[in-house]
Amino acid sequence: METDIFEPKIIAFMCNWCTYGAADLAGVSRLQYPPNIIPVRVMCSASISPHHILRALQSKADGVLVGG
Amino acid sequence: MDTDKCIACGLCAEKCPKKVDDEYNEALGKRKAIYVPYPQAVPLKYAIDEINCIYLNKNKCGVCEKICPSGAINFKDTKKEFLLNVGSIILSTGFSSFDPSKLDNLGFNQHPDIVTSMGFERLLSATGPFGGHLCLPSDKKHTKTPAKIAWLQCVGSRDENKCSNGYCSSVCCMYAVKQAVMARDHSKEPLDCAIFYMDMRTQGKDFDKYAENAKKGGVRFIQSRVHSVVPCRDNSGIEMMYVNDSGHIEKELFDIVVLSTGLEIGKSSVELAKIMGIELDQFNFIKTDSFNPVSTSLPGVYACGVLTGPKDIPQSVMEASSAAAAATEKIALARHTKTKEIIIPDERNTSREFSKIGVFVCNCGTNIGGVVNVPEVVEYARTLPGVTYAEENLFTCSQDTQDKMAQVIKEQGLNKVVVAACSPKTHEGLFRETLISAGLNKHLFEMANIRNQDSWVHSGQPEQATQKAKKLVRMAVAKSFLLKPLFENQLPVTQSALVVGGGVAGMAASLSLARQGFPVSLVEKNQNLGGNARLLNKTYLNEDIGAYVKQLIQQVEENDLINIFLGSSIKHVDGFVGNFETTIVSGEFEKQISHGVAILAFGAKESKPDEYLYGEHQSVLTHLDLDAALKKDSSIIKKAKNILFIQCVGSRNEEYPYCSKVCCTHSIQSAIEIKKLNPEANIYILYRDIRTYGKRELIYKQARELGIIFFRYDSDNKPIVISGENNVIVEFEDHVLKRKLSVDVDILCLASRIEAINNIKLIQAFKVVCDSDGWLLEAHQKLRPVDFATDGVFLCGMAHYPKPIDESIAQAKAAASRAITTLAKDSISVGGIVSKVNSRLCSGCGACIEVCPYRAIEMDYENNIVEINSALCKGCGACAAACPSEALTLDGFNNEQLYAQIKSAMTA
Repeated sequence: METDIFEPKIIAFMCNWCTYGAADLAGVSRLQYPPNIIPVRVMCSASISPHHILRALQSKADGVLVGG
Repeated sequence: MDTDKCIACGLCAEKCPKKVDDEYNEALGKRKAIYVPYPQAVPLKYAIDEINCIYLNKNKCGVCEKICPSGAINFKDTKKEFLLNVGSIILSTGFSSFDPSKLDNLGFNQHPDIVTSMGFERLLSATGPFGGHLCLPSDKKHTKTPAKIAWLQCVGSRDENKCSNGYCSSVCCMYAVKQAVMARDHSKEPLDCAIFYMDMRTQGKDFDKYAENAKKGGVRFIQSRVHSVVPCRDNSGIEMMYVNDSGHIEKELFDIVVLSTGLEIGKSSVELAKIMGIELDQFNFIKTDSFNPVSTSLPGVYACGVLTGPKDIPQSVMEASSAAAAATEKIALARHTKTKEIIIPDERNTSREFSKIGVFVCNCGTNIGGVVNVPEVVEYARTLPGVTYAEENLFTCSQDTQDKMAQVIKEQGLNKVVVAACSPKTHEGLFRETLISAGLNKHLFEMANIRNQDSWVHSGQPEQATQKAKKLVRMAVAKSFLLKPLFENQLPVTQSALVVGGGVAGMAASLSLARQGFPVSLVEKNQNLGGNARLLNKTYLNEDIGAYVKQLIQQVEENDLINIFLGSSIKHVDGFVGNFETTIVSGEFEKQISHGVAILAFGAKESKPDEYLYGEHQSVLTHLDLDAALKKDSSIIKKAKNILFIQCVGSRNEEYPYCSKVCCTHSIQSAIEIKKLNPEANIYILYRDIRTYGKRELIYKQARELGIIFFRYDSDNKPIVISGENNVIVEFEDHVLKRKLSVDVDILCLASRIEAINNIKLIQAFKVVCDSDGWLLEAHQKLRPVDFATDGVFLCGMAHYPKPIDESIAQAKAAASRAITTLAKDSISVGGIVSKVNSRLCSGCGACIEVCPYRAIEMDYENNIVEINSALCKGCGACAAACPSEALTLDGFNNEQLYAQIKSAMTA
């Protein structure tokens, strides 16, 4: 019997100066994580308003990560 | 290694068969013979360790050369000599950490769980040998976690018996507290942390608050002398044997013992100084004096950082800028003589064109192509709306590909470019240059990060990685559709400075600016220059402060470029970086001046104590009162039989939680002076922690040798002062004897706190801020110690925090140096990625003004809407998020662009 495995889609708003750099460093260090994270680079986590988070959820994202 | 060719793919290190101890991880981990010295290395390039490389030593192996995809490895590369013609030299070769294996009582190298503080730092680090998971180094599986950790202070510092480092290393108390707090944060189980110390030297800005919080949080501070650190034979832990503050011997077991090793100068630095003929002090630090803190004995050669004495990061960073100022003062005429102007082709107007998007997908050797199916991504890109061209490259960043890309942009008439490759953080600038050279606006560019955030992190899932790469390309194309050219304008800079405060800091900053050719308006509220330094006698190195200040005033007065405004204050400030208009008031006269930058150096003052009978009894003095007595009328000092100092008067308490930093040194310095004048006098110093940091420790030692007696008191058991007829009686408890002592004191000197000057109007006029203690708040305590978050305004001297004269001078020169980064340009570029306001949508609520960290937004009260100053805007977009009516947008990252990215991320 086949079962569908839930694969969440997670939008990650990442501050250019910290989280985005950290995600780059995770790459340099070859840390492995699931591909469900979809990075969106922003210039500061403070530039993310509830509108953006709601828009992501309305667009059927299962989760939103704001990193800053 | 050809660093131009190396793409940091790491294949070489993966295949290299030679494993050696990783010195960056303090030998707690291993690395290969071809390696990146540390993960954040800039540039990120691999290096061959010639001592361990098998090929270089045995002429065998050479596997890295065979597999390097970009041909970066060149075994025949040799050392090259370069001859440079320079006007000044700055030495900043740093320190070595003391090697504790020389001390046989501390058990280092006898047990893996006895580590140095540097080693422990690596244990806590995410890039460290255990990925930042706190575990016992002795446990091969890295699963056992510690329950108890001890820090042992002053290892290789304040010690002339077991080593010859008589100085205090200044930074170890603070880093031990930090490590204890961080270790507790890292630990899932409750972790017992104990710091064994002599004096807790947390004298820096906000350090005492941090230490107090650590204490409240449960970190144990044990004042003690440690006898030995011995690993237990049955492996039950490490035994620490110590003498506590009542003189009793105690024993305690710990899982990890951290040796807080001091700072010292490495052999190669000593050799370099000797070759250059530069004078060193007795500890091999480069010799400097308090008034020229970054000048070596050799004219034209400057030094900064721990090379001149132990110091922390903020002070090192200040000295770095300071050395830059000193190094350019004498060669200021050469500024811009070697500058070449870049010729930029005219920009093509693309506003009437449909989007013609070009997509370049990089293989990055095998870094991307080895995981992601690049041809499939290119095919996919061709199907996306707006894309008129797509290709794959082996290395998109290589010079030949860049030339070709510029050609393709022109031939295909592309007006937007998407590169799917590595990170925009490292490569966006390079690709933007290519756009500029092809006649496109550099903001018509977008990157998809399919290496660092895709192929490298999903290397085991090539199919998913390819799908993700397509998604990232789709998102970048969707955004690029909405990209518009952004323009930068040039705003002229008024190449002159305003310095507020005519004390030592203000004068030193003014002189440095004037020596580099920039006019200065120096504003002082008093009728004379000199500030607090006029009241001081000598530095801890016995240098005459009075003579120095006199000479400094003369130099300032004689300099034609410095315009002095005495008895003056700032009434009004308009403008922003490069273009300030300030109104100065002197009595009834007002004068308006234009300036490009401002330096705030308005100092601090000694507080008047409200305890210990100060102001009620003539025997009770403050430091400055005593200095005046020493200078003018030493007869009362010569007659005195008993002289007593009380430290921390009005500071390090709940109301004023900070340490005034200079008082311990000041009291000891005064005590030594008195002892010279009156050798018969009994001198007592009641202290909480003696904070003679760095080389100041030497005068603490000298004082004890001269017979000056030190008693420690606790803040909850303060001394009591009772009025006598011609003297006062001081009662206090001796912490060793646990008995009350009483001394009839002829002179009682109170080391009263240094307090901030309330200059709120001035601070607001320059749109800067101060902290809860009233000190000016710098942009970043460690990395930007003389800048404000507001551009074009800088700080130095005691307005920032109490500090001795050498640190004030270093900070003043640093402020001048930072100011010159603006003043040396005749214009500044404004615009690009900045926020814009749509005046039709703005309701004037002011929410954006509140959130802007750079104070770039102001209310236009006439039209009741906000205005954004693009010169101050840093493009963070916080305002756009705060705006309830979406009137504000961040160019290059606007809502439509973000929504397009979200939408395309979620389709299919």
